[in-house]
Amino acid sequence: MAVVTLQVNDTTVAVPAGVPLLQALAAAGVALPTLCHHPRLSPVAACRLCLVELEGASRPLPACVTAAAEGQRLRTDTPALQAGRRLIVELLFAEGNHPCAVCVANGDCELQDAARHVGMDLVSVPYRHPSRQVDASHPLFLLDHHRCILCSRCVRVCDEIEGAHVWAMANRGSATRLIAGLDQPWGTVDSCTSCGKCVAVCPTGALVAREDVPLGRWPTP
Amino acid sequence: MRDGETAPVQLRLCDASGCRAAGAGALAAALGAALEGGGGQGPRPRLKPVGCLRLCSHGPLLALDHGGASALYGGLTAEQVPTLLAIACNHPGGHDGDRDPRRRALEAHRLDSHHPFFALQHPLVLETCGLVDPTDLDDALAHGAYRQLQRLLATATPAQVRAEVRRSGLRGRGGAGYPTGLKWDTVALQPPAPRLVVANGDEGDPGAFMDRSVLEGDPHRLLEGLAIAAYAVGARHGYIYVRAEYPLAIERLLRAVVQAMERGLLGQADPATGFAFVPELRVGAGAYVCGEETALLASIAGGRGIPRQRPPFPAQAGLAGCPTLINNIETLAALPALLRMGGEAYAAIGPAACPGTKVFSVSGSVVRTGLVEVPMGISLRTVVQTMAGGVPGGIGADGGIKAVQTGGPSGGCLPAALLDTPIDYEGLRALGSSLGSGGLVVLDHSCAMPELARHFMAFCAGESCGKCIPCRAGTVQLADLLERLMQRRATAADLDLIEQLAAVVQRTSLCGLGQTAPNPLVSTLRHFRHEYSERLLPDEPWLS
Repeated sequence: MAVVTLQVNDTTVAVPAGVPLLQALAAAGVALPTLCHHPRLSPVAACRLCLVELEGASRPLPACVTAAAEGQRLRTDTPALQAGRRLIVELLFAEGNHPCAVCVANGDCELQDAARHVGMDLVSVPYRHPSRQVDASHPLFLLDHHRCILCSRCVRVCDEIEGAHVWAMANRGSATRLIAGLDQPWGTVDSCTSCGKCVAVCPTGALVAREDVPLGRWPTP
Repeated sequence: MRDGETAPVQLRLCDASGCRAAGAGALAAALGAALEGGGGQGPRPRLKPVGCLRLCSHGPLLALDHGGASALYGGLTAEQVPTLLAIACNHPGGHDGDRDPRRRALEAHRLDSHHPFFALQHPLVLETCGLVDPTDLDDALAHGAYRQLQRLLATATPAQVRAEVRRSGLRGRGGAGYPTGLKWDTVALQPPAPRLVVANGDEGDPGAFMDRSVLEGDPHRLLEGLAIAAYAVGARHGYIYVRAEYPLAIERLLRAVVQAMERGLLGQADPATGFAFVPELRVGAGAYVCGEETALLASIAGGRGIPRQRPPFPAQAGLAGCPTLINNIETLAALPALLRMGGEAYAAIGPAACPGTKVFSVSGSVVRTGLVEVPMGISLRTVVQTMAGGVPGGIGADGGIKAVQTGGPSGGCLPAALLDTPIDYEGLRALGSSLGSGGLVVLDHSCAMPELARHFMAFCAGESCGKCIPCRAGTVQLADLLERLMQRRATAADLDLIEQLAAVVQRTSLCGLGQTAPNPLVSTLRHFRHEYSERLLPDEPWLS
């Protein structure tokens, strides 16, 4: 396998040719927040948090899908990238309902980690307080749409690893939402094997196991 | 007119969507009934439904051909039919009936074909649009359809066809302006494997109807262009993706495909080269984002119309991983004329950097709304003022025009002071606008620019696919902040936030929709900033 050398923020690293730039960042000891990316799942480049500036490219490129090539020079820390990353995280916090203090994922949440990483101390865009729902129809798990950031990890893990195709996205734009089966209560979807992989890969508290929810607010169906 | 010589008297009635909406159906029925019932002593005129006759605002349009002469009428109703037929049968263009009040009434509907709106047009893409019956293959063949395809199959290799297109300097008419020959080479030179061609007819920009007019008026021209492209890149199969909102275009295109397949013009192996091309029609499901090429491919493949990160570009890995050539309808429809005249002759039209002609759909606050095909490099003023006539009742050097919106939700606004800008891709981009696919919306002084920006931002927020965060959440926030500004509740800090957000959405969004969604906002901020600042609340620094 060919090996290429490239520069990450002035550090020279060697990685196999063609691997995603995220591997080069890891080799250089540079960590970037990622929300849609999961090492076991196909990349979708949707969260735009791993954007890096590549010398010669007209616009920033996502490190999760851009292939490493010989001689690339990339930067991860320009003011424009940092400002963009921070605003994107703020947009996520404003888009859904994320009161960390009452969230089951508090302290174990990749969205929280991303906020800490970008130094978010204020959400500068207006909170939208959307009216969303909780799907408590599954005997083992809960789906709280308020906390869903539409990263599609659950969709991909169910499709690519479990092979059950329970999850999909419906509608578009800000009306996009996660649906189970043919847009039916999760608990009524026959193809769900209750494997829990979607819960395991969910970066936030949107998909959780009932046993992790301390008080039984949502009765088991 | 060539057609006039073979058919002594014919009535070409515009049967495209615009004129149908203006009452072409009722006029056709009246004409049909009158012709059926006889009347008039001369040879019976032939009624021929045709595609767009260009001046949509004056529809329904009808051209009367008699011998070499042609007269164009606009806004006719059933009432004028007897008088019209009397002229057609007895005294075409004659003046002996001038004292007849009905003839005078008809003359009032006659349009001046020497007006700049018609005289400055340079039809290549639309050269037979309005002349041929879009439902009649024989008529299309009589007007030269498929002749270039057959000539190239007999005399040129695919590499020679590509070289000719490279020489022409043709650039993609969908808006990005990517050199067509280069794109063809990229597809053709991929490692051996099946290739596919796709015609992008998902024309979704508000105010754009160029591709629709081609599909409704001259569908065989598109099929010929697509087949030529397929031959040039080595594809045997292709898709034509048309948005569902174009039912008439779909109907005519489908009929044209069936006609061409039955006649063996498409679908059967060419005896000399063995080339056989099968086109397939795909109808969109109403998503604007499907005009973006990777979303379009996802939609053709049966998935959600969601874009993906490029590279790999569709030219490298598109449908089913095959190298896929995606060209806009207008680009493909330019090919028959381009290849007939030769690359060099085509390159001589317009500026060297982007030669050829471009079809524009002019609408908004203008006297003459419609379709124009003009050489690239012509000034915006010539199109919207000299040809389209500026704002109705408009006064002043700029004809009452405040700005021209080009390129729809992904384009921008140019103020009247910049009307002398020549139309080309780089020129408009340098001024913060973009050529886009060809929609020109003329704005008068009653239009508030922040409101226009809000309108387009709300459009993009509604059409965002929802995949990437900057576009999905950023456009919504921008639309709301602009709404707040229009209600005079926004502060200077809000305007700062608007600009920051716009920059991030442009720079970080995944596909062209998000990357260009802030363009109307950014360009109006650039040219009409005072309209934003005058709507702000007074500064209250202790509240920030």
